[in-house]
Amino acid sequence: MTDSKASRLDMKRISIAFPGVKALTEVDFYTVAGRAHALIGANGAGKSTLMKVLAGVYDHYTGEICIDGKEVHIRNPKEAKDNGIQVVYQEVDTALIPNLSVGENIMLDQTVHDMNGRHLIHWKQLHQSAQAVLDKMNVKVSTRKLVQDLTLAEKQMVLIARAVSKQCRFLVLDEPTAPLSHSETEQLFRLIRKLKTDGVGIIFISHRLPELYKICDDITIMRDGQLVVREELAKIDQHKVVEYMLGAKMDGQFPQTETTIGGKCFEAKGIRDKGKVNNVDLYIRKGEIVGLAGLVGAGKTELCRALFGASETSSGDIYLEGRKLRINTPYEAVQNGLALVPEERRREGVFVEESVSVNLTAAILSRFTRLGPWLSTAKEKNASAEIIRNLGIKTPNGQAIVKNLSGGNQQKVAIGKWLLVDADVYIFDEPTKGVDVGAKRDIYDLVAELAGRGKCILYASSEMSEIIGITDRIYVMYDGSIIKELETRNTDEEEILLYSTGGLLT
Amino acid sequence: MNAAEPVREKKTFHLFDFLYKYGTLITILLLIAVFGTVTENFLNAANIINILRSISIVTIIAIGLTVSLAVGGFDLSVGSVASLANALVISMYVWHGHNFGLGIAVTILFCLVVGLINAFLVINFKIQDMLMTLATMFVFQGVALTYTRGATISQNMIMPNGDFAAGQIPKVFGKLGQVPWIIIIMLLIVVSVHLFLTYTKHGRYMYMIGGNPEAAKLSGIAVSRYRLTAYLISALFAAVGGIVLGARVMNAEVNAGGPYLMDAVAAAFIGYSVLGAGKPNAFGTFAGAVLIGILSNGLIMLSVPYYAMDIVKGSVLALALAITYYRRNH
Repeated sequence: MTDSKASRLDMKRISIAFPGVKALTEVDFYTVAGRAHALIGANGAGKSTLMKVLAGVYDHYTGEICIDGKEVHIRNPKEAKDNGIQVVYQEVDTALIPNLSVGENIMLDQTVHDMNGRHLIHWKQLHQSAQAVLDKMNVKVSTRKLVQDLTLAEKQMVLIARAVSKQCRFLVLDEPTAPLSHSETEQLFRLIRKLKTDGVGIIFISHRLPELYKICDDITIMRDGQLVVREELAKIDQHKVVEYMLGAKMDGQFPQTETTIGGKCFEAKGIRDKGKVNNVDLYIRKGEIVGLAGLVGAGKTELCRALFGASETSSGDIYLEGRKLRINTPYEAVQNGLALVPEERRREGVFVEESVSVNLTAAILSRFTRLGPWLSTAKEKNASAEIIRNLGIKTPNGQAIVKNLSGGNQQKVAIGKWLLVDADVYIFDEPTKGVDVGAKRDIYDLVAELAGRGKCILYASSEMSEIIGITDRIYVMYDGSIIKELETRNTDEEEILLYSTGGLLT
Repeated sequence: MNAAEPVREKKTFHLFDFLYKYGTLITILLLIAVFGTVTENFLNAANIINILRSISIVTIIAIGLTVSLAVGGFDLSVGSVASLANALVISMYVWHGHNFGLGIAVTILFCLVVGLINAFLVINFKIQDMLMTLATMFVFQGVALTYTRGATISQNMIMPNGDFAAGQIPKVFGKLGQVPWIIIIMLLIVVSVHLFLTYTKHGRYMYMIGGNPEAAKLSGIAVSRYRLTAYLISALFAAVGGIVLGARVMNAEVNAGGPYLMDAVAAAFIGYSVLGAGKPNAFGTFAGAVLIGILSNGLIMLSVPYYAMDIVKGSVLALALAITYYRRNH
């Protein structure tokens, strides 16, 4: 704040409408350089739209944007960048060129805009400049590595590096921590703190409330395209934040149900997948929700895929009700009563170009046929209408194309598909990732209800609060192995985190 | 991700959406109108049947290709398979003196093995379908050439030992290549594949695999099995195309099926946009073939020289693709 460049960003009376929808109504937003500002709201609240206005993605908004009280003209992305506004979007892959090196990706804008008529690329200088940026950020990635070989977290670092490699007065981070592991998040936060002291204003969008308190100074909460409150973060607690987001008081995020847990039903022995999963044993009882805790990269996703037969290199024995199952492909897994809700929703979970109804019936289409293989549209329509109603999927009808739904609703579609199947074992891999609070609550209810019907549930998540809130028993994974089994009622987030980070290893 | 992406139905009229949906059909109608007024005989029943007959082989082959496109594949070997089928079926009669049914059965069986080889390579080695079938296209073309020793097979041909070939092509076989059977076979294939892809669960699975293979796999769909089936269907229809071709010309020219590949690809891709399907579909492919057929026929009637024909054909394909992809990107 005392920085000589101390600048203030004002967005005044911003309104924008899309055909049929008023996305933002008279939003007044401001933030100051050198501080981190949390921008919070449920899915569809308009925070991404607001940031896109700031980034110059839209040119048909009304209202004005001022920096240091002076109005600036931002109607296209270049003008936003010229004014020092940089945005790192959540979907990192859309902003990177996978078959170019890290260095080329970091220096992309310079290569495009600052060549000043030169036609030859100065490779040494390019890599040196890129390296300098990475060094400053304390990120250890070779600038000559191809981006397609990086992990998700590394890709994000490359994008942030690109943003700060230029004049950067305000940096918008759209859900940057969603794909990051604990230590990577810490690393990101160190970087944000450094940027703050350098006088950069950070606008931070996240669904993970606890981390906002670690890093942010101010908070703006949006709901239904309007600004609800702007406050110093210290003056407002998590419960209050959730209330403002939802517009209504919410008691206990997690469903409180008494389920009766039966006998051992699903059992896996000696599950291995070279380099990813080492000799994992686990079991689930009837009606039990078993948490699979662990940080990102601990092997949870790989274990889930191995159990489901989705990995070609995995091995191990799987038993259901004492019967040994032969599962080499997901097809066999489904035939044997397993269901997997995968982590990467758009790539693995739904068919974005198809309708909601087609998606919902995908896993058990044979039930919607008559006279042999002929599809019955009427049966499909009825079944999908029921799922849409039960899960509260926000869609005009079953014929709507899934790519037009919001993230939370897409996730409900991905889950809903397995409700029709009526499997015995449900494996959820990060089902609430990138989903807003309201939809999260719906998903928790759903998981609890499935358990209530005597299903076996394996619930993999890297959010400790979620694991504590919803499960009965917890396996903690670290580096491809299960290193601890915990009873949920006898443990807490700290203990899980301790094991997850490799502490208390004996 | 959390953008207020509104779920909305567009009610306003969009020229490109309209063109995308009806462009191909409108073009067909326009061409019919133009050719019908400019030339005298274009709208004759005889000429219409002539057009349908001329597109039947392309359509049959293109329908097989369409099925391979539906699972996200691309069977470039259909032309070669047609050549092979053509050579096989004629040789069965002329060289080996087999009867009508056996000749066709053996031919189809061989071509299914060829489809099996395609599927095996594409599925197990995870090589891009187009590249793999480009390679097998050459192989099967070579197999057909080697089998015929690079010569045309016809009745009473001179065999390497100096004798005349004794076998006769059955009369009933010749019927397959004549009106009305050639058109009936084509229409039967178009309709049955359309029903299969649109109204059966197998067709639905194929489109899902084409749309998102990973999600299809994780939905418990037997992805490999369906891709295998698609390549078998593709090879089957290429074989039928080759057989019908043989029946029509009553001999097996060198690489006779090859030229049908590109027309088939064109028909299938024009078909993407018909009625706004946005994906490979049998009816669209048929419409694409009709479009190409009408163009060729009409241009011949207008005495456009044959050597200039490809310019027009290519331009129409470019236009169809432009409309399809313009819509996709906007």
